[in-house]
Amino acid sequence: MTTDHHVTQAWPASAKPQTQAGQTEDDSAGRNRGVQPGKAVKQRTPLAERIWKVLVWGAMVFFLLNVLLLIATVAVNSVGTRWFGTLLPQGFTLHWYAQAWSDFQLASVLWVTVEVVGAVVILSVLLGVPAAYALARVQFPGKRFAVLVFLLPLMVPPVTYGIPMATVMYKVGLAGTLPGVILANLVPALPFVILVMTPFIEQIDPNLEAAARIFGANTFRYFRYVLLPLLVPGMLAAGLLVLVRTIGMFELTFFTAGPGTQTLVVALYYAVFSTGVRAPQSIDAMAMIYMAITLVWVLIALQFVSPTQIVSRVKEQKR
Amino acid sequence: MNAGTLSPPVAARDPKGWLVAPALIFIVALFIYPFAYGLVLSFQPMNGGGLWANYVAFFTDTSMWPTILVTLKLAVPATLINVGVSIPVAFALRRNSPYQKLVTTLLVIPVTLGTVLIADGMLTYFGPNGWFPQALQGLHLYTNEVRLTHNYWGVLISLIVSGFPFAFLLTLSYVTGIDPTLASAAATLGASPWQQFLRIYLPLLVPGLTMAACLSFVQAFSVFPSAVLLGAPAGPTRVMSIAAAEAAFENYDYSLASAIAMVMGFVQLLVVAGMLGARRFFYSGPVTGGKG
Repeated sequence: MTTDHHVTQAWPASAKPQTQAGQTEDDSAGRNRGVQPGKAVKQRTPLAERIWKVLVWGAMVFFLLNVLLLIATVAVNSVGTRWFGTLLPQGFTLHWYAQAWSDFQLASVLWVTVEVVGAVVILSVLLGVPAAYALARVQFPGKRFAVLVFLLPLMVPPVTYGIPMATVMYKVGLAGTLPGVILANLVPALPFVILVMTPFIEQIDPNLEAAARIFGANTFRYFRYVLLPLLVPGMLAAGLLVLVRTIGMFELTFFTAGPGTQTLVVALYYAVFSTGVRAPQSIDAMAMIYMAITLVWVLIALQFVSPTQIVSRVKEQKR
Repeated sequence: MNAGTLSPPVAARDPKGWLVAPALIFIVALFIYPFAYGLVLSFQPMNGGGLWANYVAFFTDTSMWPTILVTLKLAVPATLINVGVSIPVAFALRRNSPYQKLVTTLLVIPVTLGTVLIADGMLTYFGPNGWFPQALQGLHLYTNEVRLTHNYWGVLISLIVSGFPFAFLLTLSYVTGIDPTLASAAATLGASPWQQFLRIYLPLLVPGLTMAACLSFVQAFSVFPSAVLLGAPAGPTRVMSIAAAEAAFENYDYSLASAIAMVMGFVQLLVVAGMLGARRFFYSGPVTGGKG
């Protein structure tokens, strides 16, 4: 990293002396001549660079501003009384939250969400960590096939495999039940845990096992006193990632849940879908509850993992 | 499953390999089997007819086959915008700075909130009386009526709101994985920042960018909640997932729904294979670039 900083400070320094008045040439001219390094440096003007920088940052700020305002709209609407064509609502109230709580039976919806998310986190870690251990440490026939099988649910989008999966679940009578929803959500969660944990286990020194054995530890004691304490940070990170992703997992729950087994996202979808039945402020109050729960867990998760890990299984590069 | 069936004559096999079995059985039972079941079911039409009746129905019904084009019309621009904008922004933020931390943290928010909440917020924010149209008209940037919800644009914007952070975070992780000393070596030899990007970063980024584009496309192609909530699900934004969900959960024709899901998977596979093939055509070199 230090070298990189060093270089960036060198760019303006090397470019400035060559800048002359009236040499504010079009940026594309410099690009086209990019084949001859010596000349192109001279054509390069700080102005073009500055415009480019403003453009890039402008796009970023515009995007973030709109996202934040979008969220603020939901927040303002959820506490507003009457809001029509003005900058802010006419008055503020908190009674939409109470109304949302009873309108959408949030107590039972939240309880279902806790059950589903909790079960998915626990089961995915319990099943995923041993599998990750095997993939990290042992060579066995069919290992490449196993890795492929674990990769597929992460590559194929939930909508594509959700419909055949829901069909099977309706056939065996699992659809609409709580176990059905949990099993459906485990399908993307389990491979995610495995792919997060495998590199984590790979970096644990295998000599530790030999050392523990020499000191007389049996397999259980090795696992309990050596391996498990080393695994806990990785399990915590994987569990938090699965938790955040499962709270927001819409499609699979939507396809497999029945009226009594809706999680918060699915209940929110039905509420937005049938706008007009309930007051929009009441829907936004529910959205705020969903958002608060998600963001609290995202903030907790960000203490342990990098933002990139929430999005994908891509390993964060060592800096 | 596999660990047992393919046992070769290896003398001392580590029994710890069996630890993978429970997870493997689970995924085979709940992912591979349903997929195979759906594939077989799609050839057993509910209302009789030949083996291919569902597929014939899909490709002749005017409420079915145009969904492919509608979905592509949303997914392709969304992917191009998301990945295209991600490259310069990720490049500008490639150094480990407080800005990078702030931006990545902020961008995680729309990803984790999910499309349902974004759709709900967008209905108010971009709606006829929302802040965004109010601001446009207040600043006299656009004086006609602004319509950004319940049409094509609403869905496209929602795909960008949830897809851009995803593409950006992926691209950023690839950009930061490239050894910065390579660029500084080029700078020593007189390469301008643009040249460093074109000759050093871009070739090393191509494999990662292809991956990011594939994942972004697949995600955009399977757009569902926002196409219903923000679009016009009866017409201009009737995407494939809507047609499939309608067949399964409104008409209870699981056979046709499976057929649509299979066509959906096939189109995704086709585009992804096309992108990977194009990468091979334009670029041949180390698949993993960067360190060392």
